[in-house]
Amino acid sequence: MLDRATSEAGPILSLRGVTKQYPGCLANDHVDLTVGRNEIHALLGENGAGKSTLVKIIYGVMRPDAGEIVWQGEKVTIESPAHARRLGIGMVFQHFSLFESLTVAQNIALGINDPAERVGLEKRIIETSREYGLPLVPDRTVHDLSVGERQRIEIVRCLLQNPRLLIMDEPTSVLTPQEAETLFATLRRLAAEGCSILYISHKLEEIRALCDTATIMRLGRVVAHCNPREKSAKELAELMIAAELEPQARSRRVVADAAPRLAVEALTVASPNPFGADLKSISFSVRPGEILGIAGIAGNGQNELMDALSGEIPTGQPDAIRIDGTPVGHMGPRERRALGGCFVPEERNGHGAVGAMTLSDNGFLTAAARKSLARFGFVRHGRIAEFARDVIARYDVRTTGPKAQARALSGGNLQKFLVGREILQAPTVLVVNQPTWGVDAGAAAAIHRALAELAQNGAAVVVISQDLDEIFLVCDRIAVIAGGRLSTPIPVAEATIEQIGLVMGGTQAKSETAHV
Amino acid sequence: MIFFLTSFVVSVMAASTPLLLAATGELVAERSGVLNLGVEGMMLVGAVTGFIVGHYTDSAALGIVGATFGGAALSAVFAVLTLTLLSNQTAAGLALTIFGRGFSSLAGAAFVGIKGPVLPRLSIPGLSDLSFFGPTLFGQDALIYGSFIILAMVWWFLNRSHAGLILRAVGDSHDAAHAIGYSVTRIRFGATLFGGAMAGLAGGYMSLAYSPLWAENMTAGRGWIALALVVFATWRAGWLLVGAYLFGAIMYLSLYVQGLGVAIPSALISALPYIVTVVVLALIARDRRRIRLNQPACLGRSFAAGT
Repeated sequence: MLDRATSEAGPILSLRGVTKQYPGCLANDHVDLTVGRNEIHALLGENGAGKSTLVKIIYGVMRPDAGEIVWQGEKVTIESPAHARRLGIGMVFQHFSLFESLTVAQNIALGINDPAERVGLEKRIIETSREYGLPLVPDRTVHDLSVGERQRIEIVRCLLQNPRLLIMDEPTSVLTPQEAETLFATLRRLAAEGCSILYISHKLEEIRALCDTATIMRLGRVVAHCNPREKSAKELAELMIAAELEPQARSRRVVADAAPRLAVEALTVASPNPFGADLKSISFSVRPGEILGIAGIAGNGQNELMDALSGEIPTGQPDAIRIDGTPVGHMGPRERRALGGCFVPEERNGHGAVGAMTLSDNGFLTAAARKSLARFGFVRHGRIAEFARDVIARYDVRTTGPKAQARALSGGNLQKFLVGREILQAPTVLVVNQPTWGVDAGAAAAIHRALAELAQNGAAVVVISQDLDEIFLVCDRIAVIAGGRLSTPIPVAEATIEQIGLVMGGTQAKSETAHV
Repeated sequence: MIFFLTSFVVSVMAASTPLLLAATGELVAERSGVLNLGVEGMMLVGAVTGFIVGHYTDSAALGIVGATFGGAALSAVFAVLTLTLLSNQTAAGLALTIFGRGFSSLAGAAFVGIKGPVLPRLSIPGLSDLSFFGPTLFGQDALIYGSFIILAMVWWFLNRSHAGLILRAVGDSHDAAHAIGYSVTRIRFGATLFGGAMAGLAGGYMSLAYSPLWAENMTAGRGWIALALVVFATWRAGWLLVGAYLFGAIMYLSLYVQGLGVAIPSALISALPYIVTVVVLALIARDRRRIRLNQPACLGRSFAAGT
């Protein structure tokens, strides 16, 4: 499907001494990078290491201050993303490149410059998405789609243009293991067909399985080139963060045989979103000291379940949800928070935090009542700043301080702040949706430790996640949500990734619920 | 009865056309993410330049061309302020209206009370003389037909063409549009100029066809109604037509009722078209999902490309 280039010798892309200075931060400091033909090349680094800036330079979104880009043996200045696409460079973005109010087909059409190529687009979208196992419905509107489905659009948008180099920024963070395997097969096939791949990910095992070479960045510099297959995940992580990682303490908590802190019974909720998944008779309970993991592919009711638990969608059935025995199904989020429930939604900017507000103010938004941050209707500025500083210090949030705007933080740091903000309110029930999506290894480990600690102190924790490794690492029991139904939770020790992956695909969802 | 109906339809069409023209222009600007509150000012400047050009050339058609340029020129000032210099769109739009009103009074001071050229009405022998259908379908001026044609073209552009898709994409997420390589500023500049030209055209219609003379502040708040129409029509071209004609119809009826001497305070009657239009459109446009789908998410937000 790709026309092989004439000059097969030499690398497809090499960067020499690429430097990019932002006000107050050297994002790329003399970066050298060489991507060979037919190569799957990993770009590894923590959030803020300069990977995003580097790929934006390659894709023509930004211009470097210094350094040169050599594309297929010729020195080039990449003027714009359209220019990059004409050269044969495609990119799957992690953020900011889909239009919410437009349909899937329109979003894809916007990335294609040649009018002739837009003819019969819907048919080609369906064909390509089927061929690569990334199902898409062309006329659905993006704002009704889950994160996972949105990512499929990005991937298909690139594949339709037969690129010579495909840049992928964290493409598997929202896929099931089986879906990821399908994608890897696709990527390997693309590489064999002559399309090189520059692959950014924090999942070290994945990089070891997929990539031929790796370039590791730290604080804007390249610190190592290596063959990831010859290194262990731990070695790679240590190169990335320049410190020894403590082995993750996987101490099984003893779950007391106490009354459940959170009990959900026959919770049935119609999704407010016309394309969302309705929740169908969901039942589970979480005891003090227990972490329940809810696995599932994006768009199977996770967001609806999150919103029903937090009170954003009132259920109208008081008994459907109980916190420490109190029926809360009819209550709004504030009343549930007063009873000890804390919640971390999936979307950080815009749902978990207000991007344009400072960290202090964002702390106030959910912690006002539990940390008594207001008195007689007045905001207590001293206490708010103190609370934000406390979260920043305890959860290692890298920022300039409580006065920083939430949107100025990288994804991982904002997530640490949001998780910390809820945990420091000493909840008895914590529900967190996709706690480490797009978060680097160091920050993910910190969040996992915090969740474990909270459970150890007697809280009931629910972790909704698409990352099975994460659920197997931190949870005591696991259930799968598929098509708005929840399977019966089983102990993690008795579950296997393959078996859970199959249930996530929906093949066994019915029988799972049947043998209660 | 036929006479009443004929004069009703003809008057409503004339009263609705300036609203429809101005709102169509503002629709395109807002769909690209630019909130230009200066519609009233641009209409007034369009009205006065149209009248002056028409007066000196003795041609209403050239006057209309002048009005279009007048409105576009004022919107260019707005575009430079908000898109190039990144000043706040709301404040700049309000300033534009105040400036437009003052400037048009100044420029038009010598022209108050003078008769100007009048945009001719279509006259097709035979057809235009038919009862009812003659005057309504075949006896209007070119701009009334033009307003329908332009609205249809804008609808097609926004909903069916690739260029229109790009324009909506810019209004929906300027960051994403920039990331895939569209020039947000250039596209918004074009949309703003189109909005200004249409507002100028609407003003020209006022001073060269609707009431062919120049009077200070002669648009009397129609620019604001046009702005409101765009919002209440939830940024959809079809509903703009409904809103503009609803307003025109109630305007005519309230004048008619006043003429009959019914004992209703005249202030209430004059306020009626504004109130009814807004209430009716607000009721029609209650669907939150529709609003979410159609409202440009970046409306009124400045965009600066990260270098």
